[in-house]
Amino acid sequence: MITKDNAVSALTLQNITKRFGSTDVIRGVDLDVAEGEFVVFVGPSGCGKSTLLRIIAGLEDQTSGHVTIAGRNVDVTPPAKRGIAMVFQSYALYPHLTVKGNMGLALKQEGVEKSEIERRIAAAAKMLHLETLLDRRPSELSGGQRQRVAIGRAIVRQPKLFLFDEPLSNLDAALRVNTRIEIANLHRLLGGTMIYVTHDQIEAMTLADKIVVLSAGKIEQVGRPIDLYNKPANLFVAGFIGSPKMNFLTGAAAEKLDATTIGIRPEHIRVVPAGGVWEGKVSHLEKLGSDTFVYVAVEGADMVTVRIVGQADFEVGSTVGLAADEAHIHRFDKDGRAL
Amino acid sequence: MSKARSSVARTGLVHLALGAYTLLALFPIFLVLVNSFKTRAGIFSAPLQLPNAKTFSLIGYETVLKQGDFLGYFQNSLIVTVASIFLVLLFGAMAAFALSEYRFRGNTMMALYLALGIMIPIRLGTVAILQGMVATGLVNTLTALILVYTAQGLPLAVFILSEFMRQVSDDLKNAGRVDGLSEYTIFFRLVLPLVRPAMATVAVFTMIPIWNDLWFPLILAPGEKTKTVTLGAQMFIGQYVTNWNAVLSTLSLAILPVLILYFIFSRQLIRGITAGAVK
Ligand SMILES: Nc1ncnc2c1ncn2[C@@H]1O[C@H](COP(=O)(O)OP(=O)(O)OP(=O)(O)O)[C@@H](O)[C@H]1O
Ligand SMILES: [Mg+2]
Repeated sequence: MITKDNAVSALTLQNITKRFGSTDVIRGVDLDVAEGEFVVFVGPSGCGKSTLLRIIAGLEDQTSGHVTIAGRNVDVTPPAKRGIAMVFQSYALYPHLTVKGNMGLALKQEGVEKSEIERRIAAAAKMLHLETLLDRRPSELSGGQRQRVAIGRAIVRQPKLFLFDEPLSNLDAALRVNTRIEIANLHRLLGGTMIYVTHDQIEAMTLADKIVVLSAGKIEQVGRPIDLYNKPANLFVAGFIGSPKMNFLTGAAAEKLDATTIGIRPEHIRVVPAGGVWEGKVSHLEKLGSDTFVYVAVEGADMVTVRIVGQADFEVGSTVGLAADEAHIHRFDKDGRAL
Repeated sequence: MSKARSSVARTGLVHLALGAYTLLALFPIFLVLVNSFKTRAGIFSAPLQLPNAKTFSLIGYETVLKQGDFLGYFQNSLIVTVASIFLVLLFGAMAAFALSEYRFRGNTMMALYLALGIMIPIRLGTVAILQGMVATGLVNTLTALILVYTAQGLPLAVFILSEFMRQVSDDLKNAGRVDGLSEYTIFFRLVLPLVRPAMATVAVFTMIPIWNDLWFPLILAPGEKTKTVTLGAQMFIGQYVTNWNAVLSTLSLAILPVLILYFIFSRQLIRGITAGAVK
């Protein structure tokens, strides 16, 4: 993280709210983003991630609250003058312009000199391996190439703030991994401040300096990816971060530990011969090769997922014992807050 | 249709139906064209017969070109139609963009108000329109017709175009905003090209009733200088004697310009579809 303590924040949100008609979509969001930070917004579908990003971009007016970018209040500044660049989920390339035209349009609007535009396009094209495609139109590009052009269009502007709205969700799995790495490299290379929206937690965990978990228009927790994984502040974050999901147990098992609910990640449970702390029947197995997920129906609890690194085999229907890693048990009170 | 699902019998039936419809639709035009090249006696003795050596005659066309200023009538019709289409498309598209893109108080009411004209024929307001034109001194001008036809075409244009504009990707428009394009540039350069097929459809739907209209030219612009083709053709239709040769010739000639306009628009229509929006 390239945080400069005495520098102005790249982005500050103060008590942002947004209503559409009578529904509150964003309910009081405060956030501070340091310069050069890679911040990822995650949350379930419809929680307001895109809306928040559009408010930062100026494409949507907040109902109340203030947006400050690089120390300047931009509440009434139009998008083009906020010093931002945005990459959209659907690429949103201009169909009537070539790749070059797409990348250069914003600079032309700003009145940047022609030679400078050429120089920046060439630099971005080199970085994104688009040199041979500069004279094509968007309809003549593949999905991955379109996405790279969209990213190039953002880079050439040299913005104070990059905004990405689920940029990878239209790509297939393999391309997604590649582009994810490319974006990480880009961040290292440019050092720009980036706000990245996704509902894919792998993207969030791998890219972010700081993750912001949103739910129903409110921030649930802000922190480094590993901190969110190790110390989720509440049930929502605990259930949202990590895959497969954390196991939650209530009732007697939880009361024994003075909690209303306890949570254990699948990787922190071991299968032991029958007679462990808990016992249950194996109901399903998923063998991925690198991992094996065992789904065990424990009496008095929901289905418990166990993750075994490597390959393992159990008979469906057989009874097994489960032992939890004591140090990794998360405890939550009756309001769902971590104890 | 996939090969697997289509059988010869089914395609045959489809083509039969389409063929029958085409015949039905083309028959009156065929009749007009054929009879416009016949003598009066030829028209009445055997209306369905093709012109032969005895019945062939260009008398109708000669009458049309000699009597009255038909070139002028054509010009008037063309000016009125083209200008009206242009205004309908321009204002219709702008209104549709505003209704589909911007959230403002009364948006739905405005959309309803604009669409109301689809259900209420503009002819109901003829008396008021005439009074208005008299008051503004626009009687016997092409402007009067253009204004009325623009008003007549707008409701359907707004209705169809706003439906299509809603489908244009928000991301594309927002990308334009982030890149500093004005709302006008976004409208003209990004949105309009993507709804071109809809524009062509609206143009065709607007064009035909305007070109064929007799009512408003008769009431608002019956003067010799502002006559349209349809009105001009009326002078051959008398209360007691009708010069059928001339009427049919005029009608045949009147088909041509619309046909040309239609081809222009339908090419746009096809190009718009095949160019394909980039997602
Ligand atoms: N223009 C609008 N009018 C009314 N409600 C809206 C509008 N835009 C968004 N919403 C509502 O606001 C909520 C948040 O939408 P938003 O697009 O920000 O969700 P999201 O977190 O980006 O979800 P996803 O992951 O599916 O993209 C949704 O419930 C949505 O229905
Ligand atoms: Mg979204």
